[in-house]
Amino acid sequence: MKCTDRMSRMFRFLLLALALGLAAPAFAQQGTPRGVVSAEEMEAATIRQGGIIDGRTTIPDPQSGNLIQPVGKSWRDFHNQTLAWVGGVAVLGMLAILVAFYMTRGRIRIEAGASNRTITRFNLLERANHWMVAGSFIVLALSGLNLTFGRHILLPVIGPEAFTAISLWGKIAHNYLSFPFTLGLVVMLLLWVKDNIPNARDLEWIKQGGGLIGHGHPRAGRFNAGQKGVFWLTILGGGLVAASGYVLIFPFFGTDIGEVQLAHIIHSLLSVLMIAAMMAHIYIGSVGMEGAFDAMGSGEVDLNWAKEHHSLWVEQELAKGQGSVPGSAKVAGAD
Amino acid sequence: MARMKFLCDADRCIECNACVTACKNEHEVPWGINRRRVVTINDGKPGERSISMACMHCTDAPCAAVCPVSCFYTTADAVVLHDKDLCIGCGYCFYACPFGAPQYPRVGNFGGRGKMDKCTYCAGGPQQDNTLVEYTQYGSNRLAEGKLPLCAEMCSTKALLAGDGDMIATIYRERVAKRGYGSGAWGWRTAYREGVGA
Repeated sequence: MKCTDRMSRMFRFLLLALALGLAAPAFAQQGTPRGVVSAEEMEAATIRQGGIIDGRTTIPDPQSGNLIQPVGKSWRDFHNQTLAWVGGVAVLGMLAILVAFYMTRGRIRIEAGASNRTITRFNLLERANHWMVAGSFIVLALSGLNLTFGRHILLPVIGPEAFTAISLWGKIAHNYLSFPFTLGLVVMLLLWVKDNIPNARDLEWIKQGGGLIGHGHPRAGRFNAGQKGVFWLTILGGGLVAASGYVLIFPFFGTDIGEVQLAHIIHSLLSVLMIAAMMAHIYIGSVGMEGAFDAMGSGEVDLNWAKEHHSLWVEQELAKGQGSVPGSAKVAGAD
Repeated sequence: MARMKFLCDADRCIECNACVTACKNEHEVPWGINRRRVVTINDGKPGERSISMACMHCTDAPCAAVCPVSCFYTTADAVVLHDKDLCIGCGYCFYACPFGAPQYPRVGNFGGRGKMDKCTYCAGGPQQDNTLVEYTQYGSNRLAEGKLPLCAEMCSTKALLAGDGDMIATIYRERVAKRGYGSGAWGWRTAYREGVGA
């Protein structure tokens, strides 16, 4: 009797313990066995606050851990809206300004006329480096613009197969030419930085509108304020474009998707602004001004041109005795 | 026509990776390319869930929107496909894709990308259906044979559902009603701008 009584009490105790043991976690988790997760809420929060829903995968590629990154939407909006508008307005706007400038001002002549005596402005190294950077820049710019505007402008004209061929070669050229472009920037910095330090004379030059507006010729050293602007834009802007470009050329080498998107935004925005600035640079160095192209062409500029645009530099050079004499000239009494 | 979608019931997924393996095998996907993967969130913590993820074949697909050569197209079944003969491997679709679906073989110089590869919903590509050239470029075309994607078809717990969006949403809602819980349809808000409950 006693024995069975004890056993039935033990049995009841065990039952109770079992029931409690099963019930406790169920109470704690409010009916769900593995904790509460809501895809809707997590996605809504990520869309609202940015960021990524990520986790663990068994694949070695760290990018594969990203489950959902709604931030891609902002990058899409940037690429399709912001960049297209900024780039379009910058490039076409600059083109319009240059055409308007040419119509009103015309070609800027050498006021004193050609003297037919020249002075060496840029030596072979300077010119070769300039054209390495310039040549790379033009191909980089065109292949870059093609990625944003090509499918709207070029694709309907030449058809998908030809457009892909051009874009593919453009991509390869874009990757490879980044290296001479970057090298050229470094050489350019070393060659010209000493003549491009801003000084008080630059303010005066800017005040007088650089002689572009009106017909004065503000005094300038080897480089005027406008050229210094182009120099620093090339060095700093080009440097940043190159740096962000290398982030893109080596995708996910120590970067994640957010950083790559940011690199693309910096790269593309700076690039379209630089393209607009370089269009002005190309204009004034070619059709816009008589005698200007010689500086980067033969390297020998007309003395009168030099006196008008870089009076202080000419004084310095002449003082150094470097004013050139025609090649056929002979020292007096040499015959 | 159906509006094809994927739905992964994360409360059923046991992270066996059979969908990944099936996909790799069915399409002979090369090393380093992962058309489908299983991501485990909150690993080892309360709320741990595994979700099988691939291209979700979005409505208004971001990849197609940003592609510089316009190589994407959407089929009558709302499957997002692309033409590898036109792709230049620029990587833009990966920047825009919310699900990390586009994959690139690493070819040539630097981190140079080859032509993009992604989940085709087992629907091949623009080439003639079920030809060798289509198989080589895009893998098999099960949809043209009247079959659904293999990953979902052979999922051992039937966590991964593929088929018409309304139909699989109904199946999922019935499951949730019966068992009393469900974490929802992962990626649907982002891909289709609608949840599963609608």
